[in-house]
Amino acid sequence: MITLSNVSKTYGQGHAAVEALKPLDLHVPEGTIYGVIGLSGAGKSTLIRCVNLLERPTSGSISVDGQELTTLSGDALNQARHRIGMIFQHFNLLASRTVFANVSLPLELMGVPRAEIRQRVAPLLELVGLSDKANQYPAQLSGGQKQRVAIARALASKPKVLLCDEATSALDPQTTGSILALLQEINRSLGLTILLITHEMEVVKRICHRVGLISAGSLVEEAEVGDFFTAPRTQLGREFITEFLKLEPPRALVERLDADPGDHSHPVVRLAFSGDAVSTPLISRLARDCQIDVSILQAKVESIQDRTLGLMIAELIGPSDKTREAIDYLETHDLHVEVLGHVQRDA
Amino acid sequence: MSSAMLDLILKATLDTLYMVGVSSLISALLGVPLGVMLYVTRPRQILAQPALNRVLGVVTNIGRSVPFIILMVAIIPFTRMIVGTSIGTNAAIVPLTIAAIPFVARLVEGALNEISPGLIEAAQSMGATPLQIITKVLLPEALGGIITGLTITVVTLVSYSAMAGAVGGGGLGDLGIRYGYNRFDPTVMLITVAILVVMVQGFQSLGDHLVRRTDHK
Ligand SMILES: Nc1ncnc2c1ncn2[C@@H]1O[C@H](COP(=O)(O)OP(=O)(O)OP(=O)(O)O)[C@@H](O)[C@H]1O
Ligand SMILES: [Mg+2]
Repeated sequence: MITLSNVSKTYGQGHAAVEALKPLDLHVPEGTIYGVIGLSGAGKSTLIRCVNLLERPTSGSISVDGQELTTLSGDALNQARHRIGMIFQHFNLLASRTVFANVSLPLELMGVPRAEIRQRVAPLLELVGLSDKANQYPAQLSGGQKQRVAIARALASKPKVLLCDEATSALDPQTTGSILALLQEINRSLGLTILLITHEMEVVKRICHRVGLISAGSLVEEAEVGDFFTAPRTQLGREFITEFLKLEPPRALVERLDADPGDHSHPVVRLAFSGDAVSTPLISRLARDCQIDVSILQAKVESIQDRTLGLMIAELIGPSDKTREAIDYLETHDLHVEVLGHVQRDA
Repeated sequence: MSSAMLDLILKATLDTLYMVGVSSLISALLGVPLGVMLYVTRPRQILAQPALNRVLGVVTNIGRSVPFIILMVAIIPFTRMIVGTSIGTNAAIVPLTIAAIPFVARLVEGALNEISPGLIEAAQSMGATPLQIITKVLLPEALGGIITGLTITVVTLVSYSAMAGAVGGGGLGDLGIRYGYNRFDPTVMLITVAILVVMVQGFQSLGDHLVRRTDHK
């Protein structure tokens, strides 16, 4: 539905040039919710703004619903934009218009007659649950309600695609949840293709089917959401997931951690496991087969769509040859093992 | 006070209202579009025309920097060409309008400046043409600021019109100078000043009221 080929974007020229996007390819299949995640300044906004040509890419081509956009300008581009809805972090509603009139705006721009506008706006307000607010002004609404109005407005022209630029970043977690649920509902009931950008893993986890990780203007990793969470392929991807699961060893332990193993120390490991590994009694087998003790310091299990993801921080207690054997054992059972350091055995 | 005097005061008041009214109207009709042009032709704006923008900016600044009293004298030939005479209320309207147009334009440009660029971007994402962005986004969103600017203009024109009156333009300024200063009649002077004060208060209150009605915060 959305295909970017070799798209790059450089702001400015000469010494002041900033290569915000290096040439990248991206494909968003019809009906999917595709999340692009990355750190601040990675180029996420640039990427999504290129899709509807709010930003003209320096190179490459962009096609939405089979139509090549980069060759368009003027009226033809405006026509194409009627089929691409967009919502923003700060809602961008017109303060001078009521909720009803805000949702009407795209239809007015298309020259839809008044009577038809009235007929089309009412169901949209119903869809976003704001029928009773039709005559209020944006200033009278909460952030979540404003974003609902913005969603209704973006859907008014019956677009095939919805672009969301950090749509929930200005909202509290609960409101974020309800907006994400609404986006998901729209995706399901209208079959709308959604491309969203975010810096929050929570958003990706909650509603995305596919995810792309962007770093310094490059798409460094791309996967189904379940695969990404359970087996990220890049260091940055792993950092995002660790940060998301917030599974860091306790501070008191960190202070005692030594990078090098000593004579009387044993390893502290972070284990990530998914799929079958979750339901296998690996830890007790490990203790039995390798004859070591396992002390679990922290553990967390998350379900992401149809997948289960577990993370654990554990101390492997035993002679060093046995603990090394234990790590090999875990790796052969498809766990991702990261040795965080070594602690001295208590006297 | 004689009834003839009252008649004079009444006529002078109406003359002032006429001068201020007509010059306000024309300067709004020309100044608002000029202000919009100053804004939309900026670099990276919806109708970016950097060269044109610089020219408009310089012309506007020249208009704003010439003192009104000098402008009035300097454009006498132009005034004659337009209204056929260089004295009287109609003649005063020409320099008043010329002085007010760049004033309005800058105030409108300032009001447009307050609009979040995000709104323009949102309109563009909906496929709005530049003209649609101006009529459906920029002007309605800046309406309160534009009315504030027009109110300031009207109030300024009241005092300018008194100045114009002093050099033969008619109106309250003319009356105040002729009777109050030349014939030393402090009552007439005080009355003209009082009427000017009331007028300014009235315009300001009307403006404030209109701004409140456009404000949906
Ligand atoms: N209009 C612009 N002119 C010059 N440089 C820009 C412009 N817009 C963005 N950049 C630069 O391009 C890079 C990518 O910016 P972008 O806004 O796409 O990042 P982002 O991933 O959206 O970040 P954030 O999460 O902070 O919004 C940054 O280095 C930024 O400074
Ligand atoms: Mg951004």
